[in-house]
Amino acid sequence: MSMGMGPMRGAGVPVQKSKNLRGTTRRLVARLAPERLKLTMALVLGVASVAFMVSGPQILGNATNVLFDGIVGAKLPVGSTKAQAIQLLRAHGQGQLASMISGMNLVPGVGVDITRMGEVLGLAAVVYVGGAVFNYLQGFTMAGLTQRVMFQMRQDVEAKLSRLPLRYFDSHSHGDVLSRVTNDIDNLTTTIQQGLSQLITSILTIVGVMGMMFWISPLLAAVSIVTIPLALVITMLIARRSQSHFVAQWKKTGTLNGLVEETHTGHELVQVFGRSDFVVDEFARQNRSLYEASFRAQFLSGIIQPSMQFISNINYVSIAVIGGYRVAGGLLSLGAVTAFIQYSRQFTMPITQIASQMNMLQSGVASAERVFEFLDADEEDLELTPASGHEPVSGRPGSVELDHVSFRYEPGEPLIEDFSLKVEPGETIAIVGATGAGKTTIVNLLVRFYEIDSGRILLDGIDYRELGRDQVRRSFGMVLQDTWMFSGTIRDNIRYGRPDASDHDVVAAAEEAHVDSFVRTLPEGYDTVLDEDASNLSSGQKQLLTIARAFLADQSILILDEATSNVDTRTEVLIQEAMSRLREGRTSFVIAHRLSTIRDADTIVVMDRGRIVEQGSHEELMKVNGVYFALYNSQFSGAST
Amino acid sequence: MVLIGLLVRFLRRYVRQISVLVVLLVGQTIGNLYLPNLNADIINQGVVVGNLHYILRTGEWMLSLTLLIGLASVVAVYWASRVAMGAGADIRQAVFTSVQRFSARDMNSFGTASLITRNTNDIQQIQIFLQMALTMMVIAPIMCFGGIVMALHEGAQLSTLLLVAVPVMAIFISVVMVKVIPKFRSMQTRIDRINEVLREQITGVRVIRAFVRDDFEADRFDHANVSLTDTALSVNRTFALMMPAMMVILNLSSVAVIWFGGRLVSEGSMPIGNLTAFLTYILQILLSVMMAVMVAILVPRAAASAERVMQVLETTPVIEDPRSPVTPRDLNGRVRFNGVSFSYPGSERAVLEGLTFTFEPGATNAIIGGTGSGKTTLLNLIPRFFDTSSGVVSVNDVDVRDQARDDLWHSLGIVPQSAYLFSGTVASNLRFGRAQASNEELWRALKVAQASEFVSQMPGALDAPIDQGGTNVSGGQRQRLAIARALVKRPNVYLFDDCFSALDAATDARLREALATETQGATVVIVAQRVSTIMHADQIVVLDDGRIAGIGSHGELLESCVAYREIVVSQLGEDAAR
Repeated sequence: MSMGMGPMRGAGVPVQKSKNLRGTTRRLVARLAPERLKLTMALVLGVASVAFMVSGPQILGNATNVLFDGIVGAKLPVGSTKAQAIQLLRAHGQGQLASMISGMNLVPGVGVDITRMGEVLGLAAVVYVGGAVFNYLQGFTMAGLTQRVMFQMRQDVEAKLSRLPLRYFDSHSHGDVLSRVTNDIDNLTTTIQQGLSQLITSILTIVGVMGMMFWISPLLAAVSIVTIPLALVITMLIARRSQSHFVAQWKKTGTLNGLVEETHTGHELVQVFGRSDFVVDEFARQNRSLYEASFRAQFLSGIIQPSMQFISNINYVSIAVIGGYRVAGGLLSLGAVTAFIQYSRQFTMPITQIASQMNMLQSGVASAERVFEFLDADEEDLELTPASGHEPVSGRPGSVELDHVSFRYEPGEPLIEDFSLKVEPGETIAIVGATGAGKTTIVNLLVRFYEIDSGRILLDGIDYRELGRDQVRRSFGMVLQDTWMFSGTIRDNIRYGRPDASDHDVVAAAEEAHVDSFVRTLPEGYDTVLDEDASNLSSGQKQLLTIARAFLADQSILILDEATSNVDTRTEVLIQEAMSRLREGRTSFVIAHRLSTIRDADTIVVMDRGRIVEQGSHEELMKVNGVYFALYNSQFSGAST
Repeated sequence: MVLIGLLVRFLRRYVRQISVLVVLLVGQTIGNLYLPNLNADIINQGVVVGNLHYILRTGEWMLSLTLLIGLASVVAVYWASRVAMGAGADIRQAVFTSVQRFSARDMNSFGTASLITRNTNDIQQIQIFLQMALTMMVIAPIMCFGGIVMALHEGAQLSTLLLVAVPVMAIFISVVMVKVIPKFRSMQTRIDRINEVLREQITGVRVIRAFVRDDFEADRFDHANVSLTDTALSVNRTFALMMPAMMVILNLSSVAVIWFGGRLVSEGSMPIGNLTAFLTYILQILLSVMMAVMVAILVPRAAASAERVMQVLETTPVIEDPRSPVTPRDLNGRVRFNGVSFSYPGSERAVLEGLTFTFEPGATNAIIGGTGSGKTTLLNLIPRFFDTSSGVVSVNDVDVRDQARDDLWHSLGIVPQSAYLFSGTVASNLRFGRAQASNEELWRALKVAQASEFVSQMPGALDAPIDQGGTNVSGGQRQRLAIARALVKRPNVYLFDDCFSALDAATDARLREALATETQGATVVIVAQRVSTIMHADQIVVLDDGRIAGIGSHGELLESCVAYREIVVSQLGEDAAR
């Protein structure tokens, strides 16, 4: 996976499309399924809230009408009827005004009916407050709902991490995986949190307002309706183009994350090898391309909102003009027009809102796709349910047999070929061989980090395939090259191998690994908190801690993989003693490069290119005068040359 | 506030774009404010008096205004996106570039993982905030101010209502904010915590599985997840109150406008059309406040991120180049320690004390000693990853502190304890120190490093892909490639930090033999655990607890140095020590 090494693609090249926009959206929606009940409740509350809110302007419009009636009424002669007044106006050539009045509910000569207006406004106030209460309840319900959905999503990601085969981690950039489970999940959470609730309210409002508009004036409503398909088409046209840029944006964020991670990890190398300028340039190049993608995504999705506002304004103007005509023609009340203008605002506002949420939603869907991709990655093969009677593996003697095992990392590139080895309980097996002979791979197979392609491995006579992976691993105590510690206290890190160990046991294990005296010199002792990379410890100290960890885990089979290469020789002598004590009665696999440390192994297995070339005790192999003999002597060649 | 400082610093470049943006937004907002005014005219001078011609003419004018507003806002979005994303990219570049100047100690004090988050996620937060702020932060005040002016214009008496509505809203928002902001901060730390756990689980996957601690890890994650969810829930529920409460304030204001306005209209002191316009203005004023709130929601997170980014930008590396660097006259490769002591800051115990010796060019020099005896620390003083507490380290006969670090590093080839390769190809890794090296030179280096055999078997050979960290080759192969990488650079000082540990004894021996001819004339410094690796060195420095326990050849040390003898006996047996 060489990334970003190729020549930059021109800015005009179309970016990759979201692979499956509809499918991803559907899967996101499916995630809401367990919350059906709450979602329905939120919907009902939403409907109630919208119904209240939507009737508000209508009631306010009535108040305007009462007002307008009073004003116009006051101008007309006192005592005359409405019909008389209209006739009078017509006679004076004011037909326009006359027809308007004909549509009004007024009594000539009588001013504004304050009491009636008070009643109407009181009702409006009640309706508004009621709507708000329902709205709050809806928001409250939605908050719980979305949080639970996201909680579950994060749990799923976590669960997935533990089900992925090691192959996945070995073949994907850590930075990119990390970006998926952090940056993308983060972005998705924000989207769902802010987007979903608003989306529901917006859609409900559109429906409610539309109903009201039709009720007040079908003509004006029809005018407004025309703008909807227009709005939809524009939104979709823009959204489709910007979506692909969002996908590119998140993909490039992942790549950039990878570059940052590797440069920071190899910081000193970059400096000493004079690569700083080059790396900064490379970063600039990728940063630039991320910038282009994110700019396009932002701009394109950003123009949705002004476009909607433009449509909304056209709508507003149409209503003002047409409404004005209708009122003047007496076909509509002024209150209806005012109410309508408010409605048209209320109507375009949720559309605008959906539109402005669009970029967030789009970016969220792009992230969701990356998260789903992660969740869809091939998992470790399903395990057979462990056959009954095979459960208590611990406490078993610990015999291991590899029977004609073959394995390859890449199809077509055989690595371990027809490997057979039988180990009796309590034996110490040393595996030696040139670098790349397949020693580490054997460890990967023994603890089932990888599954074998053919042959079988037996643990106490039981085929691995009949056991759970965990059962297999629980039989092994390991000291790996990897001195990984988690951020926590030294005590908890030692206890990692056996969580129920007492403090006393922890200290005892530390003493055996000769790490106790060092730990005691730390100001916080065993409660010293290791930071993320355990950078407050030297690599030798970390190695000692991992040894203590293995001591405490106390399993029937041990794997020591180059474990002692970072421990100084004097401490190592003591560890060797402790190790041989620990090896008593336990089966041990030792992978070491210093042949002096394995001389007392029961069997030494010499590997070359994935096969066993020699096998036997130190004395036996020395007599054979073969590969081992050569290896052993070359150790001292430094002295002779 | 740090956020403002950061923005001011990075937006300075965009002053012109921002001015254009502001002008456009002001125009757009004024246009939007003027529309209700025209609407009022339609009612007052068109509808009420039945003037259809006036209605139509004003309608046309409103339509053209609408078009102008639309155009202005599209251009505004263009510049807002350019500026926000541009500034984001600039900040990313600045952070990345400044980390490049960091010394080892600076790297440690931040932690690699934290620096990665600061370089990506944190800047993303600032970018999102900026995008919102650039439009809304400009529009909101103008809209609010303009709305007030227009409202006053429509009906001065009615405007007293604003004296009630706006403070009520402001007080309400402040109360919610005061409640929510601390929660937001704790939400951010909990997000960080979740990410930290995930990061550890990805890097430690082998150990976790080996010890079958998936359940424990799941618990750890569960704990972090629950605590994040709790906080997020409480934040969101508080926010759920915000919208409805604002709507109530807004709508009740409308009711009040009609009530009081209605009286004014019926008294004849205000035209009825103004009432409708007034309603729209009230709506816009309160809307602008809400907009400000939406931006304000993003502030806590952006502010926290800005602080974290600023910390990186403001870090003065503990080690910097001298103001007037001295260029060594002769690049002979001599490395000299003169009375060197070193202790970590804040630590009383010296890691190294009183070291004096010279590594001569053309000689192989070795350092041997126990874990924690200070071998790697000693090596780190040569490329000036750390500065001595006292005493002088010189390379090419010039104090390393007087040299430009790039010059210094040019002379050095390092092979670290844990080999690290970069994603790319075998060739791109080998050319790391000298980009113009020919393929022949690469093969030569690979041969010396005992790596030519496996590289030639890799698909694509020199062009075979290498994953990040070099995880697709074995530990021993990684080390040999790292050695070849140093050889290609052809420095005059080689520093091998215990890098033969993953090699089997036979490869180790062949490699050292080949190395001896290849590095002729250069200064070679080897740190090792294995006596067999270093016993033929010209000079061996035996370190014990940061002090020199002995210096000399293998034979001399066997005679004079007890510590060395012990090591030899423990590794090679009693015979070898005779």
